[in-house]
Amino acid sequence: MSVTLLQVRNLSRRFPGVQALAGVQLDVAAGEVHALLGENGAGKSTLLRILSGAIDPDEGEMLLDGERLAPGDPPARRQALGVVTIYQEFNLVPGLTVAENLYLGREPRRHGLVDWKRLNADAAAVLKRLGVDLAPAARVADLSVALQQMVEIARALTLAARLIIMDEPTAALSDREVRVLHDIVRGLKASGVGVIYVTHRLAEVKAVCDRYTVFRDGRFVATGAVADVGVDDLVAAMVGRDVQPARRAPASPGDWALKFEGAANGPLAGAAIGVRAGEVLGLAGLVGAGRTELARAIFGVDGRAPGVLWMGDGRIEPFGSPAEAMAAGLTLAPEDRKAHGCFMTHPVRWNLSLPGLAGLCGPGGFINDRAEAAMVDDYVKRLRIRTPNDATPIGSLSGGNQQKVLLARCMALKPKVLIVDEPTRGVDVGAKAEVHQILFDLAAAGMGLIVISSDMPELLELSDRIAVLHEGRVAGELERSEANEHRLMVMMMGHSSNPQPAAMT
Amino acid sequence: MTTDTPAAGFRFDWLRFLERYGSAIVLVALALFFASQNERFLSARNLSNILAEVSIYGVIAVGMTFVILTRGVDLAVGSLVGFSGIVAAVAATSLGAGYQAGWIIALVSALVTGAAVGLIHGKAVTWFAVPPFIVTLGGLTVWRGATLMVNDGAPVSGLDEAFRWWGSGQVFGVPVPAIVFAVVALAGYVVLRHTRYGRHVYAVGGNPAAARLAGLDVKGIVSSVYVLVGLLSGLAGFLLSARLGSAEAVAGTGYELRVIASVVIGGASLFGGMGGVGGTVIGALLIGVLTNGLVVMNVSAYLQQIIIGVIIVAAVAFDTYAKSHRGAGLG
Repeated sequence: MSVTLLQVRNLSRRFPGVQALAGVQLDVAAGEVHALLGENGAGKSTLLRILSGAIDPDEGEMLLDGERLAPGDPPARRQALGVVTIYQEFNLVPGLTVAENLYLGREPRRHGLVDWKRLNADAAAVLKRLGVDLAPAARVADLSVALQQMVEIARALTLAARLIIMDEPTAALSDREVRVLHDIVRGLKASGVGVIYVTHRLAEVKAVCDRYTVFRDGRFVATGAVADVGVDDLVAAMVGRDVQPARRAPASPGDWALKFEGAANGPLAGAAIGVRAGEVLGLAGLVGAGRTELARAIFGVDGRAPGVLWMGDGRIEPFGSPAEAMAAGLTLAPEDRKAHGCFMTHPVRWNLSLPGLAGLCGPGGFINDRAEAAMVDDYVKRLRIRTPNDATPIGSLSGGNQQKVLLARCMALKPKVLIVDEPTRGVDVGAKAEVHQILFDLAAAGMGLIVISSDMPELLELSDRIAVLHEGRVAGELERSEANEHRLMVMMMGHSSNPQPAAMT
Repeated sequence: MTTDTPAAGFRFDWLRFLERYGSAIVLVALALFFASQNERFLSARNLSNILAEVSIYGVIAVGMTFVILTRGVDLAVGSLVGFSGIVAAVAATSLGAGYQAGWIIALVSALVTGAAVGLIHGKAVTWFAVPPFIVTLGGLTVWRGATLMVNDGAPVSGLDEAFRWWGSGQVFGVPVPAIVFAVVALAGYVVLRHTRYGRHVYAVGGNPAAARLAGLDVKGIVSSVYVLVGLLSGLAGFLLSARLGSAEAVAGTGYELRVIASVVIGGASLFGGMGGVGGTVIGALLIGVLTNGLVVMNVSAYLQQIIIGVIIVAAVAFDTYAKSHRGAGLG
């Protein structure tokens, strides 16, 4: 330890209208995992892009092993020097195999042709070194997000990386996959690689990182050893103020607001969940356990779900489309904001009012602009959505504010039941507490909430009751009082806590 | 606060300005240039000619704006102009023969033909999930073939005065097709900007998956824009027959190029969700002025084609450049 690998000194970068970085510093030692922390807009991404060579700094210097990194280096040169960045959005070619991706552009050759035998052998060796059970000939498109991430890491190894930069590597991973990733990170560390680890999940910082550096508003705030601080200290440093933990009114659940039971002979067999008015039902499970699939099925995304549905006054036919579900009082805030939620280039106002437009229209479908503006303005104020104005494209807001707009969109429909899939993925700490408060307020007002989250502390904080899914079936349910991370994990792995007749498996 | 970088703070954003008003500026510049080169260009007769020409494909371009907003395209509009134009002429000379208002029958049959064909395209796109490019590429030859079959490739003539008025009449010196174009463009603008349907069109083009999750009838909306562009192609076919005084089997050939170019020069994105009728009108006028100006200046017909092609690509290249250099990343 303590051989300084990377030194960043007094680095600044300005974009039109924003000082993204103002004289920041960062030291990373060889064989250390260094957490880079800060809220969205703190300047982490800018620093990452400068380090990877995607953009140049205005001033300041970067030293790798004491050697100055020239500002004009293209990304390829940085990679050759051993600085490899793994972005949230992977740089893999889906149609090619794992091995082809690992050595893309650097394929071993024989007589001018690609030496396939060696290519696959080399790839297998790297994967083995990572301890990943993955065939070199597998097509990347067929892999889960977690495995694709492993491919990215493996590629970093093939580049003889000395410094690996990971930008929110666990954002899309389940807890079990996170553990595998952390083991790999520890292995990298043991082999003397320096890792810059960017994350919003502070529990991971405690679990895997040695030191931390915090940025706020483009400035350096603090650095130190992770062992010396608590999670609360980190949050305070990132936010610059004490974050009030969301407080919830005591739950007083009413009647069933929605119940669904998958047909015994269908793909949703064994999936039975229900939520009462004024209650928060958490849905736990590993990635791939079928949580999102179940939510989408109930919401009618892929046509009528095979099963029985009770909502409101009695049994009704499962919904054939989201439009039907919304008309009946069920709304869903999707997991993937970018792909399924937002219209990125369109104004905040359009994004917020879209599904509820019918209520804002006069005869002939003409939109009442004044009513629309007033409605949007009301939600922007109530949910404290930070946006320059309602004509700003939603794509230029932070993740937390995008999520608030999507929640406001759902709320505007006044649903009886709201499904929220990953309410705070990619949302920073301050906004996370605000989103939680919004969800509590909705439950207190009598809405039934179904919350899907891979973030266990979040699930435990939000839920009155937690249903655990395993391979598409409900493996069990826990009341708030009896739930803890350990019990949840055991059930998520497929061990029922209240055993049922062992007819299956 | 006011002392904070006053010099750097106020900088005129040329790129943004050009992106927004570039095609309008080019339009004015072209008009001034042609006017300075040849006095005939600004004559009342020539201007009225330009307007009438532009209006016929401009009407379709308004509909094409909706289609391109949903990430689609319709290559069959030219053939559909021919087909509905000949249907209109046949209706007028057979069913409507001898009636004062025979043109009404012609107009209705052209509109119904266009809308029906548009519905077929729309359903092929939404039911069978065939890409719009392919569906309408097929349509391009199918409807041209149908046009040729109607009268064995021969023109249908003998249209009466009342019918022809729609193509060559004037009201207070303004050509009738131009008035029709103005009404259609205004209606298109209002629908896109101020109605729920318009908002839905933008949403479906901006992000189809999100639109479906927001409860929109994505397939219905996609189908509807093909019906709309079909309907307006029918209207254009009617106007063109009226203007020429007869329905030629080759009428409307190549219109798809001018129509799509109008929309794209007008700033609409082929990736959907961005654009508007205002830009399309400017784009259509720009192409009209350019074509006419080149003719007035006696530029060879061959060279004209080359110039127009280059301008279309240059317009889109600039648009892409401006978009990629705007508001580059925040931290």
